[in-house]
Amino acid sequence: MSEAVSALGGARFEGLAVVEDCGLSGMITLRGDLSAAAVKKAALAGSGCAVPGERKAVVSDKGALLWMSPDELLVLCPYDEVGARVAAMTKALGKAHALAVNVSDARAVLRLSGPKAREVLAKLSPVDLSPEAFGVGDLRRSRIAQVAAAYWLEDEESFRIICFRSVAEYVFGVLKVAAAKGSAVGYF
Amino acid sequence: MLILECPYCGVKADETELSAGGEAHLKRFGPGADDESFEGYLFARENPKGVHFERWRHSYGCGKWFHAARNTATLEVYGTYPAQVSVPPKDILKTISAAVPGWRWRDLG
Amino acid sequence: MSARLATYGRLIDRTSKLDFTFDGKPMMGFEGDTLASALLANDQMLVGRSFKYHRPRGVVASGAEEPNALVNLGEGARFEPNQRATTTELFGGLAARSQNHWPTLEFDVGQVNSYLARFLPAGFYYKMFMYPRSFWKHVYEPFIRQSAGLGQPPKERDADTYEHFHVHTDVVVAGGGVAGLIAAKAAAQSGARVLVLEQNAHWGGRAPVDGGRIDDWPTDGFVERLVKELEGMANVTLRARCMVSGLYDHGYVLGYERVSDHVPGAEGPRHRLWRIRAKQVIVATGAIERPLAFAGNDVPGVMLASAMRDYLVNWGVAAGERVIVATNNDDAYRTAITLKKAGVEVLRILDARETGGGALMEEARRLGIRIDCGRAVGKVTGGKRVKAVQICAHQGAGGALEEVACDAVAMSGGWSPAVHLWSHCGGKLTWDDTAAMFRPDESRAPTGADGKPMAVATGAANGAMTLEAIAADAFAAGRKAAQAAGFKLKRASAVKADPAPESAIEPVWMMPARARVGLRAKAWLDYQNDVKVSDVQLAAREGYESVEHTKRYTTLGMATDQGKLSNINGLAVLADTLGAAIPAVGTTTFRPPYTPISMGAIGGEARGEVFQPLRRTPMYDWHAAHGADWEPVGQWRRPFAYVQGGEDVHQAVNREVKNVRQGVGLLDVSTLGKLLVKGPDAGRFLDMLYTNMMSTLKPGKCRYGLMCNENGFLIDDGVVARIDEETFLCHTTTGGADRIHAHMEEWLQTEWWDWKVYTANLTEQFAQIAVVGPKARQVLEKLGGMDLSKEALPFMDWKDGAIGNFQARVFRISFSGELSFEIAVPASQGLAFWETLMEAGREFGIMPYGTEALHVLRAEKGFIMIGDETDGTVIPQDLGLGWAISKKKDDYLGKRAQERSFMASPDRWKLVGLETTDGSVLPDGAYAVAEGSNANGQRNTQGRVTSTYYSPTLGRGIAMGLVHRGPDRMGEVIEFPGTDGKTYSAKIVDPVVYDKDGEKQNV
Repeated sequence: MSEAVSALGGARFEGLAVVEDCGLSGMITLRGDLSAAAVKKAALAGSGCAVPGERKAVVSDKGALLWMSPDELLVLCPYDEVGARVAAMTKALGKAHALAVNVSDARAVLRLSGPKAREVLAKLSPVDLSPEAFGVGDLRRSRIAQVAAAYWLEDEESFRIICFRSVAEYVFGVLKVAAAKGSAVGYF
Repeated sequence: MLILECPYCGVKADETELSAGGEAHLKRFGPGADDESFEGYLFARENPKGVHFERWRHSYGCGKWFHAARNTATLEVYGTYPAQVSVPPKDILKTISAAVPGWRWRDLG
Repeated sequence: MSARLATYGRLIDRTSKLDFTFDGKPMMGFEGDTLASALLANDQMLVGRSFKYHRPRGVVASGAEEPNALVNLGEGARFEPNQRATTTELFGGLAARSQNHWPTLEFDVGQVNSYLARFLPAGFYYKMFMYPRSFWKHVYEPFIRQSAGLGQPPKERDADTYEHFHVHTDVVVAGGGVAGLIAAKAAAQSGARVLVLEQNAHWGGRAPVDGGRIDDWPTDGFVERLVKELEGMANVTLRARCMVSGLYDHGYVLGYERVSDHVPGAEGPRHRLWRIRAKQVIVATGAIERPLAFAGNDVPGVMLASAMRDYLVNWGVAAGERVIVATNNDDAYRTAITLKKAGVEVLRILDARETGGGALMEEARRLGIRIDCGRAVGKVTGGKRVKAVQICAHQGAGGALEEVACDAVAMSGGWSPAVHLWSHCGGKLTWDDTAAMFRPDESRAPTGADGKPMAVATGAANGAMTLEAIAADAFAAGRKAAQAAGFKLKRASAVKADPAPESAIEPVWMMPARARVGLRAKAWLDYQNDVKVSDVQLAAREGYESVEHTKRYTTLGMATDQGKLSNINGLAVLADTLGAAIPAVGTTTFRPPYTPISMGAIGGEARGEVFQPLRRTPMYDWHAAHGADWEPVGQWRRPFAYVQGGEDVHQAVNREVKNVRQGVGLLDVSTLGKLLVKGPDAGRFLDMLYTNMMSTLKPGKCRYGLMCNENGFLIDDGVVARIDEETFLCHTTTGGADRIHAHMEEWLQTEWWDWKVYTANLTEQFAQIAVVGPKARQVLEKLGGMDLSKEALPFMDWKDGAIGNFQARVFRISFSGELSFEIAVPASQGLAFWETLMEAGREFGIMPYGTEALHVLRAEKGFIMIGDETDGTVIPQDLGLGWAISKKKDDYLGKRAQERSFMASPDRWKLVGLETTDGSVLPDGAYAVAEGSNANGQRNTQGRVTSTYYSPTLGRGIAMGLVHRGPDRMGEVIEFPGTDGKTYSAKIVDPVVYDKDGEKQNV
């Protein structure tokens, strides 16, 4: 393997909230019937997690598992382990009609954190991000400004955000604008 | 700006998260179809002021296509339902009949 | 003259002085002033000129309804025209300039229009600028453009930032007056999340000015306590300086927060647009006082009675020293009483009602104010200031009974509820004959997604005009909204205000009631657009019956104030002239925004670097550092060419083309779509999507395919590689990746949902690099790894393996006609791989090439490009691609459409090569002319250029085009007139002009 670099190359911005590149992350798209035993087995093999509920993210010591749609999960794992995980998942799937494919390089992962993180994201995404509506482990696929993104709340004060690699700089850019000093809304 | 609930992921989606996909429940005509049927399939669309059935895609969300029964005049939404059906569910038809007695849409109503 | 008093001024802080300038003249105001109150405190009665007649105008109102006091504000990068002085908070160093005059505000040449007023009636432009037709372009339009427009456009890039904020809440309360605050508390007591937005910087609306008592507290004390209480509630958010600008479908509410207009240059955004989803909206937007339409009602010094009261109570400014009050209702008596108590001389109250008013009249009389009932203003005299009022009988034609010298006139024609928000999304109004106003019809509220009402109007906005009625109405409205939002009501005690009964208003739409023509032509309805009573009457005489038509003909209510003061008076005059009832004429449509909002707020964060998403490949920075001249391809930026040394772009392209043909070039093709299609039905699915047969493709092989839509038109093309029995990798065009992925999902989800296929968009997973040219294999072999010989990896095969240290997938496909390897590596290693190739290729003269060289190379080979040769009306058969259409398949998307008679017609324009007779380059998009002309006198056409380039390989221009029966006309010369005046002659030839047998790519 030759030198791999993330799209944002470790970028970091500190304003109302901290916006930072999470670096390379292993990601595997798993499509299939989420209630099928083989798919559950593959998800577990890939992430160490059981299939989460609708619009939830779950974490284990092996990785994380995100509910993306009624027939799609996203496995997160260390970047270097993707090959082995895909192989394990493929083996677990056996003859089941499903798809497990490495998408680690197709995406960028960012973290948005700090007490004002909800407010910063709410400037860009048409989602109810109030604490009563969006809690730890909740995941949403939506829009960040003009591009598609998925994000979930890792802990009370930090979001993990996934977007396409080609627009990583754009997403970082709009988050920077939204987190500009002096722009606190004071709503949440 | 409308809000439509995606029947697949349960999100009450903002219109900016959705893409409109035109009229619902079209029947495809392919090779072998006569000119009139094919023309109807390709070009003839309902454009009602009132009850309408549409296709939408949760394009910024789970990516699924779904159907919406709504009123183009009042913007009332009677319901959304999966795209894998060729006729609207009965409970939605009932809701529409209660709201708009005597409604008609193609051969429904 | 207007002046600051030593007392009054509840909103100003006299210890904090602020310097500002108006038209360069230094002035002084206080913290808490608006620009309007500060101007009046400095006796600046004249603040601008009107739009059409350039009449001198002064401040007439005290809030968002102000039509006259618009100024140019700020300088340089913070310059903004048309800012309302009445809603502009004063700050130190504020620089305002008056508008719409030349050379100065005091002396304005354009005022000549005022003397020509009788030649510039309603519809003047429509009548005058009709004939002769040829005059429009060179005479009329330049003239109109010269005189059109308010203020000046900013010249510099805006220095400020703006942002959006998305909020979901249960109840939004629009308006922080007593009604809004009482309703907010009543709603919040149920547990609902409540967001209260107030356009001004202070709470309580006009109640503290008007007096009265609520729950045994004076209004100002009541407001102060209530605000404090609301601030302490966890489920309530209060936001001042935030106007609800519109109510839209499904409870979508826009709030326009002016975060730092009052502290320019402060850190943070200037404006914030709140994009709110609310279950219920409480419309507590108050009411707007109507002017009286008497002659000279636009002379500076004539002001709304409520505004005059506001300036006194809120800012300690007296609008005049000797004031006459004209009214048709009790409320204006409050102004007279307040002025009198403050020591201002109130010369007369002219009450159009024969019997006058009630308790307030008695109070005024007790204070010694003279009250004349049944009397009216016949005319106000004065130019830049009020000099005198001619008093007449209201029920007459305006014959002056006496003339009284004064310097200000307070007028009140009654109040109109601010029903804008209620109406924006379909709420209907009802005419209240007793109160002479349109108010919200509760039974026809705007409805939401569930078909149920989504708004509740309350307070003055709901037509409740006394404090007692407002308090009761607001409490009920808050509870109603909470209940409608799904909350259970809890026991709470109602809010009660002391009764203060008023006697009935008498509608006055024109003053005096039978004013003669001369007076009607000086009685303004719309100040900003200069529409008078006589204009509306003329429109009615000329046959305008619809209020919407009259509005557009006279321009009534079409200015930046959107007729807040003029619309009701105007439609009443129209109704009167037509002999119709006011509700039969109806109102014009209320459209958002309530008052203009900044373009910056609408744009939000989308400016500068993040104006739109810019998609970058992993090698983007390398390209940028090596002379890339960028070409936007959708949202991607791809290098058009790499400009080196002293060459221009054209020379760079030629160099790059030659280098590929003779040596080896490198192209970043990462942007091409890569869609994975997997499942037992994948082959069957692709057979439907492509015109070709894909199910027969063998694993390890590639096939070029075409995709059509159901109309039969070509929508995309690309190479499909079969990965294994169940898996295909479909390449799409750069612009097609997302679109074709969506297209696949659409058919899978909505038509063939029982087919077992999954797709994944892997476009960005891989950096893909084309290594192209006769020396391509040598470069790759130098790096070592997999066997790339012709035998191991023949043309149109693909293989996984190692190249140097990289794990790669190599496709033997060519879009240039040369030996070509398209190599995919994980995107994170794209840059490293690219640099490795550049290094390894140095000895072979490797160079990167851009999209323009790519285009030239493919055009020399006669390869089509989606978007050049296709435009959404072209079928594969038009392009000579019949070979890529399977004859064995019963069906594919577009097959039936391609059988339609027009599609099968031999008369279609078809693809050919075009060779200019002199070797020049055909203009892109040029049309070939045919004999004769069409119904519009234009030449008939017989074809057009779709791709045209200079070919450095051949040393002359090459082109492709679609020509009527083109392939049957080889050798014929046709003519293309260019926009440069020249006519180009081109011979119809074969589109392939380089290596016709395809030997070079197959080595």
